Amino acid sequence: MSGSLVELSAVSKNYGGVPALTDVDFRCEAGMVHAVLGENGAGKSTLMKLLAGVIQPSRGALKVDGRIVSFASPRDAIREGIVCIFQELSLAPHLSAGDNIVLAAPRARFGLLTLDAYAKARAALDSVGARNIALGARIGDLSLAERQLVEIAKALVRKPRLLILDEATSALSKQLVEVVFGVVRELRRQGVAILFISHRMHEVDALADRISVFRNGRHVDTFTAGERNHNDIVTMMIGQSLKELFPPRGPAAPRGTPPRLAVNGLRWNGQLNGVDFEVGPGEIIGLGGLDGQGQQQAMHAVFGVLNGVSGSITMDDRPIEGVTPSRAKASSVGLALTPEDRKTEGLVLEMSILDNLRLAALGRAPFGIAGRQPEIDRRLGALIQRMALTYADLSDPVGSLSGGNQQKVVLAKWLALSPRCLLLMDPTRGIDVKTKAQIYRLLRDLAAEGLAIVLQSTDYEELVHLCDRVYVFYAGRVSRVLSGDDLSPGTLLAASMNMSQAAQAAS
Amino acid sequence: MKAWLRLRLRLLAAIAALVVLFVAYVSIHPRGASTYVLTIWANQGTLLGFAAIAQFFAVLVRGVDLSVGSMIALTNVAASFLLVGAPVAIAAGVVAVLLLGLCCGLINGLFIVYGRIQPIIVTLATGSVYAGLALLLRPTPGGAINESLSDALTYDISGTPTSILLLAGALLLVAIPLRRTPLGLGMYAIGSAEASAYMTGVRVNAIKLTAYATGGVFAALAGLYVSMVTLTGDAGVGPAYTLNSIAAVVLGGVSLNGGVGSPLGAAVGALILKTISSLMFFSGAPPLAQPFFEGLILAIAIGLGSLGVFRVRNKLDLFNR
Amino acid sequence: MTNPMPQIELPERLARGRPPLRLDPSVLMVLVGCVVLVAGGAVIYPAFLGPAYLLQQLQIAAFLGIIATGAMLVILLGEIDLSIPLTITGTAIVTTQFAGASHAAVAALAIPIGLAAGALIGFVNGIGVAVFRIPGMVWTLATNAMLLGATVFYTGGFKPQGVVPVLASQAALGRTFGVPNAFLVWLAVAAATIWALNRTVYGVYLYAMGNSQRALFLSGARVRRVTVATFMLAGLLSSLGSLLLTGYANQAYQGMGDGYLLPVIAAVVIGGTSILGGSGSYLGTFAGAIFITLLSSILSVLQMPAAARQIVFGGIILSMLLAHRFRTRG
Repeated sequence: MSGSLVELSAVSKNYGGVPALTDVDFRCEAGMVHAVLGENGAGKSTLMKLLAGVIQPSRGALKVDGRIVSFASPRDAIREGIVCIFQELSLAPHLSAGDNIVLAAPRARFGLLTLDAYAKARAALDSVGARNIALGARIGDLSLAERQLVEIAKALVRKPRLLILDEATSALSKQLVEVVFGVVRELRRQGVAILFISHRMHEVDALADRISVFRNGRHVDTFTAGERNHNDIVTMMIGQSLKELFPPRGPAAPRGTPPRLAVNGLRWNGQLNGVDFEVGPGEIIGLGGLDGQGQQQAMHAVFGVLNGVSGSITMDDRPIEGVTPSRAKASSVGLALTPEDRKTEGLVLEMSILDNLRLAALGRAPFGIAGRQPEIDRRLGALIQRMALTYADLSDPVGSLSGGNQQKVVLAKWLALSPRCLLLMDPTRGIDVKTKAQIYRLLRDLAAEGLAIVLQSTDYEELVHLCDRVYVFYAGRVSRVLSGDDLSPGTLLAASMNMSQAAQAAS
Repeated sequence: MKAWLRLRLRLLAAIAALVVLFVAYVSIHPRGASTYVLTIWANQGTLLGFAAIAQFFAVLVRGVDLSVGSMIALTNVAASFLLVGAPVAIAAGVVAVLLLGLCCGLINGLFIVYGRIQPIIVTLATGSVYAGLALLLRPTPGGAINESLSDALTYDISGTPTSILLLAGALLLVAIPLRRTPLGLGMYAIGSAEASAYMTGVRVNAIKLTAYATGGVFAALAGLYVSMVTLTGDAGVGPAYTLNSIAAVVLGGVSLNGGVGSPLGAAVGALILKTISSLMFFSGAPPLAQPFFEGLILAIAIGLGSLGVFRVRNKLDLFNR
Repeated sequence: MTNPMPQIELPERLARGRPPLRLDPSVLMVLVGCVVLVAGGAVIYPAFLGPAYLLQQLQIAAFLGIIATGAMLVILLGEIDLSIPLTITGTAIVTTQFAGASHAAVAALAIPIGLAAGALIGFVNGIGVAVFRIPGMVWTLATNAMLLGATVFYTGGFKPQGVVPVLASQAALGRTFGVPNAFLVWLAVAAATIWALNRTVYGVYLYAMGNSQRALFLSGARVRRVTVATFMLAGLLSSLGSLLLTGYANQAYQGMGDGYLLPVIAAVVIGGTSILGGSGSYLGTFAGAIFITLLSSILSVLQMPAAARQIVFGGIILSMLLAHRFRTRG
């Protein structure tokens, strides 16, 4: 029985008084694939960052091969053979794939990079199924899936002893996922320790030898794969049954209700190839599929962020054309969009909570004077109550709020304008379970009040339990529409991978 | 091949523009394509070329260097004291001047990397200090430079201006390390996405310092060459170089956001600027109108380079913050 | 933490989200610096503490301060305006030329025309940055070059002939109840600026732009308008400062704006405004302008050669920035 490769003893990490990890004992061993599960805010990414040397523990010790180590920067961790593939990729967009990979493990003779450094990069790319990505291809020109492959190849050239994958395959097709898993299994055979974070239970089933569950910054349990069933695992992760997370569906809209927002034949830049969907008042529809199949572009297209969109978009049967976000939010149109990245696109982190709340409504301020919109302020006050926003002072910078509260501010900002149709881009990404439940309840209530909601999400449970109808995207088109009994995590997964009915039955 | 072309589109466009402008220039010039004309053009162009390459290194790592002109003035002044006497003394003087440039660049880098102050402000302040030092050392232009060295470096070698050879030599010297060493590649990575480079284990601080120090060395090269051309030390030579070096790198396809471009582009941009200004001189336009036309052409060139924004398909790409 | 009250009031005075006149530590540091300068200078020349000297400093600081206001707005936006020198010279020439026109009606409009010229220059700057997405540093460099060319062409290289409007001289040189008019003009500008930054939609948008243009765009604000408006305001304020300078010097002359770029930016930055944009209080710029003026004045009274002054200037800016940095991190 070999000693652990990497071990955390009583490790805690605080961010200015807010605990991210508390008193965690954790070990991972060579030659084993170890899955780390947990809801957002559970501490998984903090754990990974500690191991990768990006941050340092506030208390406790990190040990490698039984020695206590301290990583001042990622370089130190890399030196120990710990390589991490982060969800936000660490690639330089202006450089080529080859250059990015070579930089990770530069082999130089007389200071010059040797040619075999590039040969190794080529071999690494080939081994992950990226034969068609040229070494000279610019990262910025590659799709998300291709970039994920480059990132994985980059990790492999370092010959890691511990490989950490943080949602590293979210955009990959089934075949590519299989190839990557094959590489992972081969590494395991060679004695590499592998840690991976994933939200997809089927991936965990396929790959993991051991599973650890974290919740609220604490290590809940570690067990051999197969010992517990899915329900128990999910309950461990969220501390309550999954069913309790989602509010019951409302009654279906009466037939013949005209749609609020209707999109037909949407085309753009080769990434949208004829998208159709519609949502009526009181409905919540979902846009799903693998990462990068056009769902986000469809949302942006409706809100007027894209140039050169063709196709028809109508609101209450009136066509909306030549939209820009400022025209989309006008009361005559009534669209609202909560963007994907709340920190850089949804909020101005350095500005106060109050200013952020008022930001969308300011366009309607009389005479351009701020703070003179009592009706808006009244609505904001009511929304703050309704959403149970937790804050110290409205004049604090919004960056001081937790992720869940930040998202509430983004929502409140738009709801204060009383929109007719709400577009949400992955609204619960990176948010703790409690806030997620609150947001789900809010969305259901808003739908019951007549709002039309479009939810683009990468979370299967969300799409299944919250949406009346899900449009699954594949290659810029809606490949399937699932609703009612058809709508389950299994069918959603299969539709995302574009597996036909027959292939699904056979698998 | 097509991808290679697309990546270097701006550089190729700049080179094409330079060729066109140069041909126009020698056609207009009363003495035509003679060695004399070429040499004068090349000498001026090389001066700005070195300054532009100095600026390139700062811009590459997502900075900017507003002290380029002052470093040139200071090194020029230093050269006017040191480059006299026996060949050994002169050689030592050259090395000393280059070291001076390196130190100035390094000081900039230290404030930027460890002081964590924005490059534009650091270099604005250090520029003032370096210019002041130059002025203290040489309140009025003067000093002496070894004439035979100057002649050797400012004339031509069988028809090719020596200055162009020097510039080409400097470019070759940096081209390979820049693209084929971890150090150079690291500079591009830092300029492209510093956080990613850090995560990848690139030594961000050391490499940034190296970039700024290299910029200082090139500023010293410019300062040395100024002394070769003018045979004096003049503390007032700075300001035009700073602003023109920024225009030159932009014209040469270097991105002010970092991570994109090459020293060749910077040099080409510098030559374009000089050719435009020489063209103006001989174009028969009223001399008083020339500065205006130069500014106008610069504005048009920069504007043309930005026309890409109208092809942008996702409006979010217009904002890089 | 939950909210105890059933109904949340959103008081209007929190419009800025931050009481506008609370003293930022950076501002405090600059003010202390001003006091140190005056006290230190007084040790050598006791006359420094006299009202005559101090009032004169306020008068001179007003020129710098008004121009620095415009520069601060552009810096808050996240850009930089390098066309300040020639905007100053150019609009001064325009104003004096019009004031010397033979037609009385035209001459009377000299000041509004001069101010409009500044706004027009700002408009051209703004279009380049907002529509063509050219980085402000590069584009304003180009417009500065064009303006230089235009002034050279127009004046033929000679000293520009023209008349200084009476109002300009009065504003620059006169006093009201002993207080220099120039300083009063600056106070008016300051009040308007503080109001605009803290009470208007424009102010909220400006700070937002400096921090996250994407977020502001996605909130449906017209981002380009904010940029153009800001550059136009900067041009206008530069020409206002230029007007006062013309009155003070009793002429418009080539190169009159050249000495104003570095001090203006220095004033803004040591006042605590981040060069990256999005944060900074106007009081800091106000104090910064006074500080820079006092510094220049003391250095010249000490009869330091221009060269040494430049070195000290640069050195002090670096020290103050380092001090800011270590304060915020420590």
